[in-house]
Amino acid sequence: MRRRYLALKIDSNETFSSREFMDAVWNAVLKLYGEHGASRSGLTLIDYDAEKRLAVIRTMHTTVEMVRAALASITKIQDKPAAIHVLKVSGTIRALYKKIKQ
Amino acid sequence: MKRLYADLHLCPNLNDSEQVVCMIRKAWELGYRLIAMALPLNFPQDKIQQLRTICKEAKVDFASRVDLKPQTSKELINSLRKLRRRFEIIAVMCESKHVARQAAKDRRVDLLNFPLTSFRKRFFDKAEAELASNSLASFEIDIKPLLTLEGPARIRLLSSLRRETAIAQAFHVPIVISNGASNELLMRKPRELTALTSLFDLDKASAIEAVSKNPLAIIKRNREKLSPNFVAPGIRIIRRGKDC
Repeated sequence: MRRRYLALKIDSNETFSSREFMDAVWNAVLKLYGEHGASRSGLTLIDYDAEKRLAVIRTMHTTVEMVRAALASITKIQDKPAAIHVLKVSGTIRALYKKIKQ
Repeated sequence: MKRLYADLHLCPNLNDSEQVVCMIRKAWELGYRLIAMALPLNFPQDKIQQLRTICKEAKVDFASRVDLKPQTSKELINSLRKLRRRFEIIAVMCESKHVARQAAKDRRVDLLNFPLTSFRKRFFDKAEAELASNSLASFEIDIKPLLTLEGPARIRLLSSLRRETAIAQAFHVPIVISNGASNELLMRKPRELTALTSLFDLDKASAIEAVSKNPLAIIKRNREKLSPNFVAPGIRIIRRGKDC
């Protein structure tokens, strides 16, 4: 079961809790791909830094592009304007943090 | 060689210089190396130069673009005659069938754009694609409405885009994907744009070409044509003087 870890940057003037952030991500996946698609994604929040507006999520390797599209479709979190950009994608958490630091 | 990405459609409020600078910097951050902004028809040349300087400071190449919204094909021809040598990109928003057909067959038009929310005015069908394939026009898709629309409106838009991109590919009409963003929060990375195009079944390789190779080819062709050394396609002056 291959997985991918995505480092994300939240682009907004506001700060959001991890729950608000994940609600927005799940809603975007549900809107675009429905419950069937969402169930295939295996989305999990791994790390979240509200101050730095950084997050790490995990998904299945087959659904990376699907999650990327869903994240790109987010324009609001809790009705406040926001955008989410994928910084890096990696197969392991260790490699992901290494890539971010570079 | 590293791939260069271009966004040919940014729509900031040009009166708000802070927003313009923010969007240019954001474009660089997101990985774009060439951007074009939709400028008004009578936008002064010194202001275009000013935008070019701001972009140069942000390490982004700038191309001037004008969006034409003619009501008749005659109006389109007149506008093209006046503006072709002033702007590097000419996009036509086709709001009637006559205008769409004229724009598709006119070699001075670079981009064909269609109203993304009024579905009765999307005239990109097989006849339009055939005309466009014989000229130089590309089919432009703005991603902004995909982000801002919801529910049935977005479903209809995706359905139209799926049909139109299939037609464009069948007739070898280049596709250009642009952000069409009016503020920095609506701007997306090139890879994010390509991921979003999978929603209307554009394959990954074509999607990457639509944000890199295709827009860059338009700019290269037009810059060559606007250069004072250009004579005709394939012919250019390489040296001037008495010893030539």
